[in-house]
Amino acid sequence: MSQQGYVAAPPYSQAQPGMGGYQGGFGTGPAQPLYGHYGGPPQAFSAPPTGMMKSPVSSAVGMPPPPVSSQYNPNVQQNGAHPQRYPAPPAASAAYGQPLQAPYNSMGSAAPPPAQQLTNQMGAMNLGNYASGPMQSPPPPPTNSVAQQPFQISPPPAMGQPQMPPGLQSPHMSPQMSPPQSPPATMPMAGPPMAGSQMAGPPMAGSQMAGPPMAGSQMAGPPMAGMGRPFPGPPPGPGGFQQLGPGAAGPPGYPQQGGQFGGQMAGPQTGMPGAFPGAPGGLAGPPQKKLDPDSIPSTTQVIEDDQVKHGGQVYSTNVRGQVPPLVTTDFTVQDQGNASPRFMRCTTYSLPCTADLAKQCQVPLATIIKPFATLPKNETPLYVVNHGETGPIRCNRCKAYMCPYMQFIDGGRRFQCGFCNCVNEVPVFYFQHLDHMGRRVDLYERPELSLGSYEFIATMEYCKNNKRPNPPAYIFMIDVSYNNIKSGLVRLICDELKTLLENLPREEGAESSAIKVGFVTYNKILHFYNVKSALAQPQMMVVSDTAEMFVPLLDGFLVNYQESRAVISNLLDQIPDMFADTNESETVFAPVIQAGVEAFKAAECSGKLFIFHSSMPTAEAPGKLKNRDDKKLVNTEKEKTLFQPQKGVYEQLSKDCVAQGCCVDLFLFPSQYVDLATMADVPSHTGGSVYKYNNFQVETDGEHFLRELRKDVQKNIGFDAIMRVRTSTGFRATDFFGAIHMNNTTDIEMAAVDCEKALTVELKHDDTLSEETGALMQCALLYTTINGERRLRIHNLSLNCSLQLSELYKSCETDSLINFFAKSAYRAILNQPLKNVKEILVNQTAHMLACYRKNCASPSAASQLILPDAMKVFPVYMNSLMKTAPLVGSTELSTDDRAHQRLSVMGMGVEDTQLLLYPRLIPLHNTDVSSEAPPAPLRCSEERLTDSGMFLLENGHSMFLWLGQASPPDLIQNILNLPSLAHLQGHMCALPELDNPLSKKIRSIITGLLEKRPNSMKLQIVRQKDKPELLFRQFLVEDKGLHGGASYMDFLCYVHREIRQLLT
Amino acid sequence: MATFPEYIAQNEERDGVRFSWNVWPSSRLEATRMVVPVAALFTPLRERPDLPPIQYEPVLCSRATCRAVLNPLCQVDYRAKLWACNFCYQRNQFPPSYAGISEVNQPAELLPQFSTIEYVVQRGPQMPLVFLYVVDTCMEDEDLQALKESLQMSLSLLPPTALVGLITFGRMVQVHELGCEGISKSYVFRGTKDLNAKQLQEMLGLTKPSATQARGPQTAPQPLSNRFLQPVQKIDMNLTDLLGELQRDPWPVTQGKRPLRSLGVAMSIAVGLLECTFPNTGARIMTFIGGPATQGPGMVVGDELKIPIRSWHDLEKDNAKFMKKATKHYESLANRASTNGHIIDIYACALDQTGLLEMKCCANYTGGYMVMADSFNTSLFKQTFQRVFTKEVQGSFKMAFAATLEVKTSREIKVSGAIGPCVSLSAKGPCVSENEIGTGGTCQWKICGLDPTTTLALYFEVVNQHNAPIPQGGRGAIQFVTQYQHSSGQRRIRVTTTARNWADAQTQIQSIAASFDQEAAAILMARLAVYRAETEEGPDVLRWLDRQLIRLFMFHLRRSPFLQVFNNSPDESSYYRHQFNRQDLTQALIMIQPVLYAYSFNGPPEPVLLDSSSILPDRILLMDTFFQILIYHGETVAQWRKAGYQEMPEYENFRHLLQAPVDDAQELLHTRFPMPRYIDTEHGGSQARFLLSKVNPSQTHNNMYAWGQESGAPILTDDVSLQVFMDHLKKLAVSSAA
Repeated sequence: MSQQGYVAAPPYSQAQPGMGGYQGGFGTGPAQPLYGHYGGPPQAFSAPPTGMMKSPVSSAVGMPPPPVSSQYNPNVQQNGAHPQRYPAPPAASAAYGQPLQAPYNSMGSAAPPPAQQLTNQMGAMNLGNYASGPMQSPPPPPTNSVAQQPFQISPPPAMGQPQMPPGLQSPHMSPQMSPPQSPPATMPMAGPPMAGSQMAGPPMAGSQMAGPPMAGSQMAGPPMAGMGRPFPGPPPGPGGFQQLGPGAAGPPGYPQQGGQFGGQMAGPQTGMPGAFPGAPGGLAGPPQKKLDPDSIPSTTQVIEDDQVKHGGQVYSTNVRGQVPPLVTTDFTVQDQGNASPRFMRCTTYSLPCTADLAKQCQVPLATIIKPFATLPKNETPLYVVNHGETGPIRCNRCKAYMCPYMQFIDGGRRFQCGFCNCVNEVPVFYFQHLDHMGRRVDLYERPELSLGSYEFIATMEYCKNNKRPNPPAYIFMIDVSYNNIKSGLVRLICDELKTLLENLPREEGAESSAIKVGFVTYNKILHFYNVKSALAQPQMMVVSDTAEMFVPLLDGFLVNYQESRAVISNLLDQIPDMFADTNESETVFAPVIQAGVEAFKAAECSGKLFIFHSSMPTAEAPGKLKNRDDKKLVNTEKEKTLFQPQKGVYEQLSKDCVAQGCCVDLFLFPSQYVDLATMADVPSHTGGSVYKYNNFQVETDGEHFLRELRKDVQKNIGFDAIMRVRTSTGFRATDFFGAIHMNNTTDIEMAAVDCEKALTVELKHDDTLSEETGALMQCALLYTTINGERRLRIHNLSLNCSLQLSELYKSCETDSLINFFAKSAYRAILNQPLKNVKEILVNQTAHMLACYRKNCASPSAASQLILPDAMKVFPVYMNSLMKTAPLVGSTELSTDDRAHQRLSVMGMGVEDTQLLLYPRLIPLHNTDVSSEAPPAPLRCSEERLTDSGMFLLENGHSMFLWLGQASPPDLIQNILNLPSLAHLQGHMCALPELDNPLSKKIRSIITGLLEKRPNSMKLQIVRQKDKPELLFRQFLVEDKGLHGGASYMDFLCYVHREIRQLLT
Repeated sequence: MATFPEYIAQNEERDGVRFSWNVWPSSRLEATRMVVPVAALFTPLRERPDLPPIQYEPVLCSRATCRAVLNPLCQVDYRAKLWACNFCYQRNQFPPSYAGISEVNQPAELLPQFSTIEYVVQRGPQMPLVFLYVVDTCMEDEDLQALKESLQMSLSLLPPTALVGLITFGRMVQVHELGCEGISKSYVFRGTKDLNAKQLQEMLGLTKPSATQARGPQTAPQPLSNRFLQPVQKIDMNLTDLLGELQRDPWPVTQGKRPLRSLGVAMSIAVGLLECTFPNTGARIMTFIGGPATQGPGMVVGDELKIPIRSWHDLEKDNAKFMKKATKHYESLANRASTNGHIIDIYACALDQTGLLEMKCCANYTGGYMVMADSFNTSLFKQTFQRVFTKEVQGSFKMAFAATLEVKTSREIKVSGAIGPCVSLSAKGPCVSENEIGTGGTCQWKICGLDPTTTLALYFEVVNQHNAPIPQGGRGAIQFVTQYQHSSGQRRIRVTTTARNWADAQTQIQSIAASFDQEAAAILMARLAVYRAETEEGPDVLRWLDRQLIRLFMFHLRRSPFLQVFNNSPDESSYYRHQFNRQDLTQALIMIQPVLYAYSFNGPPEPVLLDSSSILPDRILLMDTFFQILIYHGETVAQWRKAGYQEMPEYENFRHLLQAPVDDAQELLHTRFPMPRYIDTEHGGSQARFLLSKVNPSQTHNNMYAWGQESGAPILTDDVSLQVFMDHLKKLAVSSAA
């Protein structure tokens, strides 16, 4: 029955959602074990069945069921079937749902069965569940779990090929069953199943219905149902259809969403509001069928599942090509020969052996390297290896550094390089005998032979001009023009510096920091300060010749804070008063950076500039800028010019900075357009960061700014860095994204690299890779420590290689993929119209998934959307990416903000992009005060909000506290100390400290988040339906974009359609 | 009538004027035959304690082209209240304030003893004095310390209302903002980039004086000060501290390099700063340098130590690649400064040259001081510097500022030019001669800085034609009108009117000859020679001089550092010439022909011939060359001294003998500006060379045996002795006459 229903209905195979969603509830062990547990059966089952199943389906759709799929079958799960099965009992479904998910999860994540076919039909059941209860998944009763297991097994096949079901396996059936349970997570097939859900809770249903379009699209393929062609499904499950009917009609609220994709997919459905450039204008009309939003793959669920599986566990890096836990998961790394995923993450841990394969799948091969990533306290810091005066031992040919991949031969007298296979002599002092395994006896005594990450002491040859570097310096450059004085910023900074400077980063165990500090203030001229400890009072030296900047003093400019504390404190006291009555509003900018570079040059050191700047530099000087913001350019061919920095002065300046190891951190306090694209050009090439505080006010933004400043100053950081990524033969690093500068094609230069900065390295084939030897990478970073020591930091990583695409898809890492896509897209918009870039993104997404479907998934109905397990939430990220400010062509967005986001993403690591593209939405109103952990995040969609609720949303850059209209007064009282919401006014930017458990708990949650994130976030409190709520809403990434862009559901439908087109 | 020498002395005493001829030949033709032109050494501000300034303004001739000042030589009709200008013969009405005038009630300016008189101009604001210190920081700590102390000391000598400013330089140039509370501020400039006044004004934020005034109410009553130039009384402590904290230029100097010294830019900025803040106000830029400019505009030598600074040899070979550019730079600065009435002083204290050659016009054009010493840590510098701030009885400085000198002449005579620390104001007029000597073509000169001894040489031309005889008893008159800013801040006008008789050279040649002032003439000719030496090629000048006039004096002049560059660096030559061009007659004479005194048991100290024959073993010699004061102990005396006889009570007379020249030297030292170099040496001492190079080498290694050895010391030189020189001259004179 169900199967048929599915088949007919179509199906979006979204088994995963279900799986992911519930894991949390289970909280069962790690994936692998589970896998083993479940795995046995599933694989067995799935493989054959799915394949089988698929083929029929696919054929129907028009897709040829590839034989290959059999292999993957296990992974594949077709949810479509499930929903129907379970439709009936909502309550039950809820129960089941959880349990089911668990199994799925295990399957999905742990087990290879990466692919999941989601059927929309699942929806109905799920809906019911959801309607009745929140997302959360209560722990499933044992029975359920049992039930699930079977399902799991079957699911894949079952789902995929409803038709076959009976014959094939009961398991299939069960899977089908399961879907309903899993619904929340899974992509519900709007059509049939929906009905149930709708029934259950009309209002809710509506929302959930949103999904329908999906169904529609899927449906489109097979039958042409009235309402929907999309709903061809009707035949299969009567119930389902019925539901559909109402759903379609009912959910007025969601018409758009449904419409958008519907249009694309089915045509008849609502039109696409043009969210996708490529998409045809949808039919605005019938907002009919809704898919259950809970049924489409859920990021929160995936995260939760992974946390359950790996959370708190030790992850050993001893296995080549091992896929690490998600970035969101809390785990401990034990370095056993490969670099910790904190340092290096790859888009896939199994490279295709040939360039053809790579081209075929279009999955980008890249690694994201965060060389200075912070290690948690319980992980061992990197060991420092000293190879003496001759410097680190390297391969003579390719210059790779000694690492675990060097093979010692000839009784230990020689070693063969793992990268280029060159055989090198072992230096006498380094000789060691080999044991019976051919390993050096001292293997475990030498970090460079047994670990993935370690450091070498660099010798003189690695120093500039063969001179030991001086300790780096921090120069604080404060714009003292009218704006900054008036806003009170200058005083704020000066006050803060006094304490902040006590906490400069210092070497482990050092009594005080070796970093020197210097101070400059400026408006259209620069003031340098001599703060030599011997002086009774500071000396100010003014340089007005901004045309040819120079540093007026040497001695006394850069000083040790501890020694000059009195003078510095004196200076910081005076600065705000000195300029208190200034009326100078013009500023310079390029000369300020130039001054910093010159200062470092004179002092022969590297370092960082902290520039606190207010306005566009309009004073007559090099680097003078003029307003070139033009909203008319948005959505035109020339839009790219808004992102392009102005050439000339700043370009050269970047080079100078990098050559000197001068990193620039820019804190901007603009009240209007400042041409950020140009101003941030230097920071973005020197490993710097740009912080922006629009219309800065001390009361509302002060604390936020200070937190950020503190983090920035105290960051762990290395200077004057040069990095090289070496690879074993067959492939190499070809492209680099990050806050870097490159003079040639291989050397990555960074004026500084801190613990937040990551660069993304794209890998390309040179030749064929061998499955046997795999692929090796060595990232070597030469840098100057905060003590002024020259060091080499080495990260090694070994990957698998495979001739099977399935292996690749299995080993994919969605978060890394999206990081790569974000960076490459953000770079592309410099040269191409947004429209093209977005088209490319969608096409590539579709292509990657289609390739999977074609080569790896078990045969199934074409109408089914089948996603690789490891990439099942990829679409939501991709959709979110396309809705980010830089990629949304909207005149309502500030050009500066768009440029800012574009640039900040370029230096981001995987954690940051993940969070940015899928913010955490945490319900706070029913927080369990007694529990340690914060409440589980919800999916980022308006539907998850409740009028009486209170939610916290954060994406690493912004943080909102959202208060529903109907928030109970006692909640308001407890948290905000206000009698009612109506009393909330102005810009409250911090919660009052109240002595009640809830307040404490919530504040501790917020504080915890602030500490955890690289950036500080300003807490914005918004009331439902208030104007500021719009700001908040743009972060609900599953919804339709505020400034354009599709909802998740619509996007999925659209992608599905594209996939199908590709497959035909 | 007194003798001419008395007359001359009296005139000098009263008017500060010494003419080469005190009776003038009455026609142009005769005047040219006299070889030595009618010329005068004029000391505009000669000290006249008996000359109280008059508190009203001078009465001027109403003729626009004349504007001569009413003087004792004017004919006055007391009845009609009219006076006739003695230069243009215009008849002028006395102003109403002179209504009470009568033969018995004459205003001071009509009294013969007030041929020199000083008026105080009551109009206009009282201008503060401005002192801008420009200090090199590229020097040894010891030197810098001494300099800092001197500067701090100088603050106490300045009048409380005087404005002071401070610019320091090394690799960079710093203009210090004064009077800042809690923090010391300075504006810093690159040492390699010249800025014009406008750029500087912008960069120093001086474009909006209103804005700076509004900064604090306390500055309102003194609108003339700004952040960089403030009254001493206000920032005394502040500046003292600032000077105290001055550090040696911190930029590293690698081995084999000279420190980078941005002197050219520093001076440019100093000039620019005053230019845009205090134009046409008396101001002193006091530059203290410890070495040559080594970068930027005005550099005279590169920073590579292996390449030495240019020598005369290089100059002759045209090998001094920076010289021309640098000279141009400093010349333009000097012109800018003098246009605005600002003085540039140069205190150069270094063992090597500092580029005075290139910078000389800065001091020469502006009437600034040029002082050369080996180190700031010498009494030579310290005392010289202190002496700059010498005060007169009334307590104001002896220096005067921003003066203009105007010369008015009777119709028969015109002014050809001036030589001295002045620049032309290019004022044409009826009394300007077409024939230029020195700085000519004008009847007005600007002397930015002058003191009571500053002396100008003024050259005149008799223009009366031979066929238009001057009536018997006619007198030629010259009026010097010096307007200046007194150090009290007042504007003053000193008027000197002087007249000389005309004489027909054919009939009264004796009286003309008798009126010849040999000393004045010598100095006047010497100035001309030096002027030519500066502007023309060397050997020609000597030949010219030889053709002009021959006297013993000229023998020494030929050998003097003013014309001879042998054994002197270019800087030294510039320095000597600078001093020679501004000192009065007495000092100038000493410079050319040093004075030599002998002390012995044979009698009281006596002046002796500047001849090697004067160097005897039992004598102590005291030589004053103006630049050096040297005590030379003869061979025997030196042995006695070494043996310590002066310590023994029984040889007290020997002690006295030793002491006498020292006391005399001290006296000289105390009156001299700049301080001479004090040398105490003895027979065979290395420093004795200073003496030996000056004396007439009547005995040399070539002829000593011929002369026997009854006296004197042989000089090891190939220079000819006076005897030989004279013999040769006589021969020439005779032959040329023939």
